[in-house]
Amino acid sequence: MASSSTPKYNSNSLESSSSKRTLKDGTNWEQNEEIPRLPGETRVTDKDVIYMCPFNGPVKGRVYITNYRLYLRSVENDPVVVLNVPLGVISRIEKMGGASSRGENSYGLDITCKDMRNLRFALKQEGHSRRDIFEVLTKYAFPQSHNLLFFAFANEEKFSENGWMVYNPMSEYRRQGLPNERWRVTFINEHYGLCDTYPSLLVVPYNATDDDLKRVAAFRSRNRIPVLSWIHPETQAVIMRCSQPLVGMSGKRNKDDERYLDIIREANGQISKLTIYDARPNVNAVANKATGGGYEGEDAYPNAELFFLDIHNIHVMRESLKKLKDIVYPNVEESHWLSSLESTHWLEHIKLVLTGAIQVADKVSSGRSSVLVHCSDGWDRTAQLTSLAMLMLDSYYRTIEGFEVLVQKEWISFGHKFASRIGHGDKNHADADRSPIFLQFIDCVWQMSKQFPTAFEFNEQFLITILDHLYSCRFGTFLYNSESLREKEKVTDKTLSLWSLTNSEKSKYTNPFYTKELNRALYPVASMRHLELWVNYYIRWNPRIRQQQPNPVEQRYMELLALRDDYIRRLEELQITNNSKISNSSASSASPSQMMSQVQTHF
Amino acid sequence: EVHVKEPIEKEVNPRLLPGELLLCEANTVYKYIQEDGSNRGTYGKLVCTNFKIAFLDDDSASDDNEPQFKNKIVGENDITLQCVDQIYGVYDEKKKLLTGQLRKYPEKLIIYCKDLRVFHFCLRYTKEEEVKRIVSGIVHHSQTPKLLKRLFLFSYASAAPNNTDGRNQTVMFDTLEDWRDELERTKGNVKYKAVTTNEGYRVSEKLPLYFVVPICVSEESILKHEGRGIPIWCWSCHNGAALLKMSAFPKEQDDSTSQMQKAFLDGIYKTVSKPPYELLKTDDLSSSLPSLQDIQTAYTRFKQLFLIDNSTDFWATDVKWFSLLESTNWLEIIRRVLKKAIEVAECLERQNTNVLLIEESATDLCCVISSLVQVMMDSYSRTKSGFQSLIQKEWVIGGHGFLDRCNHLHKSDKEEAPVFLLLLNCVWQLVQQYPPAFEFTETYLTVLSDSLYVPIFSTFFFNSQHQKDTNTSGESLKTQSGPFRFLTVWDWSVQFDPKAQAFLNNPLYAEKPKPDKSQRKTARFKHQRQLSLPLTQTKSSTKRGFFREETDHLIKNILGKRIGKFINSSDEPPNSFREFYDSWHSKPVDYHGLLLPRIDGPEIKVWAQRYLRWIPEAQLHGGGTIATAAKILDLMEEVQSLQVKMDEEHSQAISGDVHSVPMLRNSARLSSLFPFALLQRQSIKPALPTSTWKDLEDEDDLVKRDDEFVDLSVDVS
Repeated sequence: MASSSTPKYNSNSLESSSSKRTLKDGTNWEQNEEIPRLPGETRVTDKDVIYMCPFNGPVKGRVYITNYRLYLRSVENDPVVVLNVPLGVISRIEKMGGASSRGENSYGLDITCKDMRNLRFALKQEGHSRRDIFEVLTKYAFPQSHNLLFFAFANEEKFSENGWMVYNPMSEYRRQGLPNERWRVTFINEHYGLCDTYPSLLVVPYNATDDDLKRVAAFRSRNRIPVLSWIHPETQAVIMRCSQPLVGMSGKRNKDDERYLDIIREANGQISKLTIYDARPNVNAVANKATGGGYEGEDAYPNAELFFLDIHNIHVMRESLKKLKDIVYPNVEESHWLSSLESTHWLEHIKLVLTGAIQVADKVSSGRSSVLVHCSDGWDRTAQLTSLAMLMLDSYYRTIEGFEVLVQKEWISFGHKFASRIGHGDKNHADADRSPIFLQFIDCVWQMSKQFPTAFEFNEQFLITILDHLYSCRFGTFLYNSESLREKEKVTDKTLSLWSLTNSEKSKYTNPFYTKELNRALYPVASMRHLELWVNYYIRWNPRIRQQQPNPVEQRYMELLALRDDYIRRLEELQITNNSKISNSSASSASPSQMMSQVQTHF
Repeated sequence: EVHVKEPIEKEVNPRLLPGELLLCEANTVYKYIQEDGSNRGTYGKLVCTNFKIAFLDDDSASDDNEPQFKNKIVGENDITLQCVDQIYGVYDEKKKLLTGQLRKYPEKLIIYCKDLRVFHFCLRYTKEEEVKRIVSGIVHHSQTPKLLKRLFLFSYASAAPNNTDGRNQTVMFDTLEDWRDELERTKGNVKYKAVTTNEGYRVSEKLPLYFVVPICVSEESILKHEGRGIPIWCWSCHNGAALLKMSAFPKEQDDSTSQMQKAFLDGIYKTVSKPPYELLKTDDLSSSLPSLQDIQTAYTRFKQLFLIDNSTDFWATDVKWFSLLESTNWLEIIRRVLKKAIEVAECLERQNTNVLLIEESATDLCCVISSLVQVMMDSYSRTKSGFQSLIQKEWVIGGHGFLDRCNHLHKSDKEEAPVFLLLLNCVWQLVQQYPPAFEFTETYLTVLSDSLYVPIFSTFFFNSQHQKDTNTSGESLKTQSGPFRFLTVWDWSVQFDPKAQAFLNNPLYAEKPKPDKSQRKTARFKHQRQLSLPLTQTKSSTKRGFFREETDHLIKNILGKRIGKFINSSDEPPNSFREFYDSWHSKPVDYHGLLLPRIDGPEIKVWAQRYLRWIPEAQLHGGGTIATAAKILDLMEEVQSLQVKMDEEHSQAISGDVHSVPMLRNSARLSSLFPFALLQRQSIKPALPTSTWKDLEDEDDLVKRDDEFVDLSVDVS
């Protein structure tokens, strides 16, 4: 789906336009048709247009629209220019120019995408030529606004792996050694009666009864009570997540909540205070009191220590990404790149999120103290912090499947509002609920993988694939705001999981340098000296900013691996030959020095 | 709390090199470990010799922790006198720059080094007499003007006669033969000749003994203006287009003189513009590139960002890091220099035009541009010996004033400019953009930059070949055992043992497939010119040669249309550069062909290894590029041992000779500062920013908003 403007530059795109790659990706390329089609994908319309490529100028072509994608094929260019865009990435469609507009190519459509690019098509002015294409695009790009189903519900792809089986909360908690004598699994939320944005299965202190939980829920925003996310295998310190307490202007207190936090503190036998990380800046936490929220005050929670992590809200993050897009698309800011980058604050936000997560992880690990993380509702910044801290502390989450579990658990099941944050199929592009919180999390993961290139089983392509399908609506994985809604819509029955795609073709997403290291805390350095803009994602549409693909270092390593395996095979053969025919040792095929000429070493 | 260990009275003596003299010393000096802002450190002796300042740890028993990458000449607590950048004294918590005579002696000494190390010495426990002696000794020997003959290399060379021939396949360009070979290698000998006109330095003391000029240039014209106004050959491109440099005439007040010079130049241009030379494009670097003063100012600001006193400093500057970087202008200068080199390459490669670089002395920016162009266009310059030969040709013999530019003698700050460092910074950009294209590593470039300040090699301690020659032949410099000879930096065995030298070689280097043995020439002349572009398609590989593709395309699309404009090559349309650049970047990279750096904003990076290597806060424990490099080295070792096994199986005999690769023990835990990390953190405590969030002034209204505005107080019963 993610395609580039021209095939010769498509090294950064996920699925290239070539039939070979597309087929591998499960797409069915029908011989006599010009456009790739997924099983279940149906053609809606097509039209001659001029694609106003920001890099190569106007390109004459034909655009095909299906219920899944917009596909453009140039008619005159050599090599052929191809655009392959899932309709899900479209954020906004605007008409540009009117019937009477003058000037070449001034009449047409301007499409804003969620993945850091815009598409512009010019059409013939006569006969309202754009009306039908505009209507079709609007209808299929924004199915939610037209009472239509997402493409994910029509998708009939088949995969060898079933991604819905990747995450089973019970087995994930069991992997962590839960339940144990201090922590229990509760089914109190089985029918989402306690909290409709939480998963059905929760882990809570053994010493808290279900009635306690209900009373605590009354004092936490949207009933999102403190529950366990992760337990340290050695220190038994835990990471808990929740929403803000409903303190309000009058400074309300709740004995049950206070006692509950104390139970959490005591659960790992610690004497020191429970650490609470409020992800927000101090002022915002205070301001929340005005609307009934707030934070844990010293008087009410004498056994807790509260720190603010100064991470800004979803609106600030949205603006920051918007500014970033301005300096990288379509052209990269030339003269003052560094100060322009700084002025977007994007990396500064990344730095703060990482810094917060490091603090959480370090507290649990070397501080041996349980921590409680919350922001306002506990589904944005909180999810970022807990999942990143878990990634730092638990090497399982650095594997492909482990990472899928992490996303499934901390983000999807705990109600990160994907539908609202991304605006899946919704035409309201200016919705203030939209924000790149999950993108920011993936960026943080990328920063970590960049700093520790051998620590993650997955590669950059894996992260880009996740982001591409965050928008594509080809899979059910990121649809809807909560587990209860997904259950209602029967997402697991009616759609496919993104992990079906990734797990069916793991080699494509595997980092060859991955070195398994158990129980090793991985702390990135949250310094601007090390943080980088993720060029391969944010600037991938620009052919001038192009990373070499395949990565030469990786390629070299793969060559060496192949050579080693070849040697081992030959050596085994040789040993067999030598053992059987001692007299005739020169019978083997190729001389090793010939092989060696490929590996020019300096040692 | 202060973790000060009790001082141990123990006699520790500095290890001295031949010819090295101990000048002064001080005991019970406390050296801080610049790690975590605590006052941890060690007691020891601080000494100053005629070569270095050294701190000798009283507690030097920890020899088991021998670093894998060790410099044999300069230890981790040694600072050569030329490596000292600035010395500060701390008086009552206030830092004061120490330069000349001192009235009062500080309680703490901070030494900032040119290789970016920072040393903090506490003198509070040292006897007053010793403080006086050591502080004034250090300041005097490292900060005040010096005579050339007082440089350590003279006493070293007379005390340790060097009989080794440290050439290591590096062409030194001090003989006529070397220049002729180079002409032959680049096939420049059709149009250019090596001349002996400057024997005895008849022409100029600034020019090398031998150099190359167009065949048509006469001896008289070379002699006429001391070599000024004469195009001097640097290199020839495969298509015959040559890169030339020329030192310009100084601005003359006198009208008739300048008229005469103009006439002379016109004559020269006419001569070299006739066939077979054809078009000549001139580029006055003094107007098209930043001045030396700009470069010096930028670098002075830039390096300051990395000379960090403590953790607080580190995090305080972190918040505004990008704008701080930008305000130094250093990266922008690198970008402009790279861009200029691409422009020159385009002329040579695509327009088939000779390029003449002009600069007043032709020994500063000319060296930068001509070296860079060769690194980009001639894959031989990307091998270790090729690069070293290039540095010899363009810089050492070419007459770059290392002594003045590095201000080794502290004679004049005005002459100081990090021109050679600028080249290394530019080459580093290429090395990190195209790792398989270089035989050497970034570590090689880093230690090469460090070697600028190690005064036992003659390489970087003279202004010209003439200066070196006249200072070697003096009466007083005879040694007992034969001719007096300085060491060259290219003999890496002087500084590093073989194990450490392995870190200078790039395991990713994709060596060019060897040509047929029959085609090879003499052993001495091993590096046949490796054409940047294959003239004949030898192999139908996937890595297509640039030129083959390009010519067809170009002739059809560009040359055809623009050929008329070539007559006036100076007003080439500006987008021809962009076109050349874009078109090259749209093709797969041939690591043995033309290499163009990417110069867009996000592509120009800070040379982290050189600049961040001593900063503990910047350390990634078990991360960084070294993590993947170590894996590649491990795998190569495995492949090699398998090869040995195969050989054994083949011969059914045991061969004893096993090539060993440096074992990177526990490579997954190597510090990203490797191989330079002095202080391997024992704890894996994360580095936490201490700086606070700065205001988002412009987004105040957004900041104050809540994520989603819902009045929760209503829900509460």
